[in-house]
Formats: sequence, structure tokens, C-alpha cells
Amino acid sequence: MDREPSGSQSGHDAMNRATVARLQMSSPTSNARSGIQSSRARAFASMRARFWIPAFAGMTFGIFALLATLAFALDFPALTGRVVDQANILPPATRTQIETKLAALEDKSGIQLVVATVSSLQGSDIETFSVDLARAWKLGEAKKNNGLLLLVAPNERKVRIEVGYGLEGTMTDALSKVIIQNAIIPKFRSGDYAGGIASGVDAIIDALTVDSAEWQKKAKVRVEQQPDLIDQILPFIIFLLFVFIVISMIRNARGQTGRWVRRGNQTIFIPSSPSSWSGGGGWSSGSSGGDSGFSGGGGSFGGGGASGDW
Amino acid sequence: MALTLSRLRAAFAALALGLSVAGCGYNTIPTAEETAKARWADVQNQYQRRADLIPNLVATVQGYAKQEKDVLTSVVEARAKATSVKIDASQLTDPEKVKQFQDAQNQLSGALGRLIAVSEAYPDLKSNQNFLALQSQLEGTENRIAVARRDYVAAVRDYNLTLSTFPSIIWAKTIFAGNKPMAAFTASEGSDKPPQVKF
Repeated sequence: MDREPSGSQSGHDAMNRATVARLQMSSPTSNARSGIQSSRARAFASMRARFWIPAFAGMTFGIFALLATLAFALDFPALTGRVVDQANILPPATRTQIETKLAALEDKSGIQLVVATVSSLQGSDIETFSVDLARAWKLGEAKKNNGLLLLVAPNERKVRIEVGYGLEGTMTDALSKVIIQNAIIPKFRSGDYAGGIASGVDAIIDALTVDSAEWQKKAKVRVEQQPDLIDQILPFIIFLLFVFIVISMIRNARGQTGRWVRRGNQTIFIPSSPSSWSGGGGWSSGSSGGDSGFSGGGGSFGGGGASGDW
Repeated sequence: MALTLSRLRAAFAALALGLSVAGCGYNTIPTAEETAKARWADVQNQYQRRADLIPNLVATVQGYAKQEKDVLTSVVEARAKATSVKIDASQLTDPEKVKQFQDAQNQLSGALGRLIAVSEAYPDLKSNQNFLALQSQLEGTENRIAVARRDYVAAVRDYNLTLSTFPSIIWAKTIFAGNKPMAAFTASEGSDKPPQVKF
């Protein structure tokens, strides 16, 4: 790299040299590499002195913020299956019956509906608890956000249907409220938790599969839309793209689209458009749909649905 | 031959540099900034959704409770005021603007709370299907607003942390020196509780 000024190492203070030595890679044979590395290291070293105190303060603040987040975090039960009965209010027979229905619903339409009963809301209100739980479990497919959670807190006498983003049009707030008021609460009032949950699940499934022919069509499309080959080669393509971008950036740099700025005895390169550095996309794994265990597919929730109490 | 080799080396060096820069938190600042802006868009969407529900709600209540003129007018006025205060993503760094927005929306929340409270006195209205549906939609929207606000506050905290923590602070002080911390919502006194109505 002929642009790198020769003898730039001289006249540096001890701290800079130490940092350069530490940051240099184990292969000093490449001139280009060590040139860039050392200029970066010099810039870094001068920043280090300037930002040591705020950086330290920031780190301390960060640790406290993390601790504060952890302190507020709710303790959720594990997603062990389609029915998570932490409060222990469902007899095994009803439980199996509901699980079969929920599995059939997912097979047919891809919608993940999970029933959860919790022994305590841990001082939180049911709306907050339910959206956090549904997000933690990632119910529904990542692309369609078609998850649903029926949450019952018998000790707080609260029930809620939490609806994923993708189903807010089908399972509206008003419809969720009607299901809670008409199908669930009357039975809960008489102490029949199993009956209330079962009829609630039936009502939700009915509402979601009104036009079952259309849902079947959608389910078919969904299967066709899983191109496994693309999934496999896409990371490779992205990698090639990244290399290509980097190479073209070097070419651009040679064409003087950036500036080499001399400050005192340091020379640093300022690229003309820093925004061109950001690249690459998010990479999230969809649901595998395998039989081994049950897990959420990465769906998200935004607080849709309705709550009720009895 | 020698030229291509040095070019190849340069390419690899740049790749290594790029990766190490990405590892050093260069990307975290723009990523966090865009996330926070997107969360803000969600917040505004949900408030807009609430504003869209109001004309229907007012019309329904009016059919049964014409004499509650004061409450109905206050809702309509608060809605007009709330929809006129808009913040685009570039103004989020201005705490005063965010507070203005928040105050306008809080006023609308209060007016809506009073409207729902007075409607309790009209049995015909309370049993009207349309009103029940609107009421549950309003409840759902209020909940979505709460969730969107919570997400926005968390995203802003993440973004502000990237500006003040190592290693991203290096970029915050140099290349992103123009980036300022964003303003989060401040929970106003009692705004998260429904208004108390005494008869």
C-alpha cells in the first residue's frame, strides 16, 4: 500500500506503540494488512485515552441497567407442550383431548394455539404477563406471526386470549372478548375450569376455521413456499456478496472516494460514505415442524386480544 | 501476478478489518437507531388506531346519551388536538416534542375514560352490541398502545446505551457524533390508571 506513509511508527508515545504491538496480527508478512491494522490501532489508541472515562462510566451504567432488567423479569413456566398446566386445574383426559385439537389445528392451518394456566401472575397484570409469555415462547411462525395464547390465572381469577400480529384481523379484540364472555367465563364462575377451557378452545378454533376450505388452500401454499435449497445456499450468496462489496470498496478507495487525513503525526482514512458499510440481513430460523418436542416457531405479539375476569 | 496477489491480500485485509469493525460495535448504533424509530412508528400507529375508533364510538354513544354533551365534545376536541400533534422519527431526540405528544394523547385518554364511565349509566347503551364491540376494541387498542410504548422505551434504552457504552461509544464520538440520545416516555402521574369517577 504505497499510500501508507513510511516511517510513521516513529515519534509515537509508548502507549501507542504498545497498543499497536498488541493489535498486530500474527502474520506481519502482509504489508497491506499491517498497514491498515496499524493505522486503525493508532486511531484506536488516541480514542482510548479520550474515551476511557466515559466508556468506563457507560459500562458501569450498562451493568446496572442489565441488573435492573433481570430484576423485573418474570419467571415463566417452560413450554413443555401445547397445554402447559402449571396451576394444575386440568384433568388428564381433558388435557389430552385439548392437545389433540390443538395439534389438528396446527396441521391444518399452521396456527399455533397454546393453552397455559399459571399459578401466579407474579404481581404483574394479566395483559403484561400474557404478552411477555407469548413472546418468550415465540408462538406461531416467524413470518406469519400466527400464534395464540389462552392464558388462565385461576388464583387471580383472570383469563386472556393473546393474539399474534398475523391473526389480529381474524381474531379481533371484539371476537376474543365475546369468546371469553360467552364460552369461558360462565363455566369458570361455576368452578368448571376444564369445561371452560375446553369450550373456549373450541370457540377459538371455530372462529379461526370458519372458512376451512380457504385455510386448507393457504396451508398448501405454505408448504410449497418452503424452498429448502435457497435456505441452504443463501448464507453462501450473502458471503460472496459481502466479499464483492468489500472488494469494490477497496477499488473505490483507490479511486479517492475517501480522504486520508493527517492529524499531527497520525494518518487516518475517512471513507466518504460510512453508510455503505452496513450490509447483510437478519437471519432467523423458521419453525422446523419436526415431531421431536414442541416449540414456538418465532412468532411475535403486539398486545392484540382481550381479557376478562370472573 | 504480483499485482493480483497484493490485491488479494488487500481484499482479505479489508475483509478482516470489516469483520473486526462489525465486531467492534460499528453496526450497533445504526441498528439500534433504526429499531427505536421503527418502535416509534408502532406507537404512533396504535395511537392512530385509537383515534380512528373514536368517531364511531362517539356516534354510538350520541344515539343513546345526547345529554352527555360536555363529555362528548371534550372527547372530540381532545381527539382533534391529539391527531394534530405528530412527531416524525427525526424529532425523537427532542424531549419537549415527545412530551407534547404524550400530553395530548394523555388528555384524550382521560376524555375517553370519562366517556366510558358515563356510559355506565345508560343500560340501553351498555347492552348495545355495537357499543360492546367498540368498547372491547378500545380496550384492545389501549393495551396495544401500552405494549408499543413499552417496546419503544426498551428500544430507546438500547439505543441510548450504545451511545454511552464501550465499544460502540468510540463510533458514537467519531463517525456518529451527530447522533443524540432519544427521549423515552415519562410515566405521568396516574396516567396508567383509569380516571376515578365519583358520583
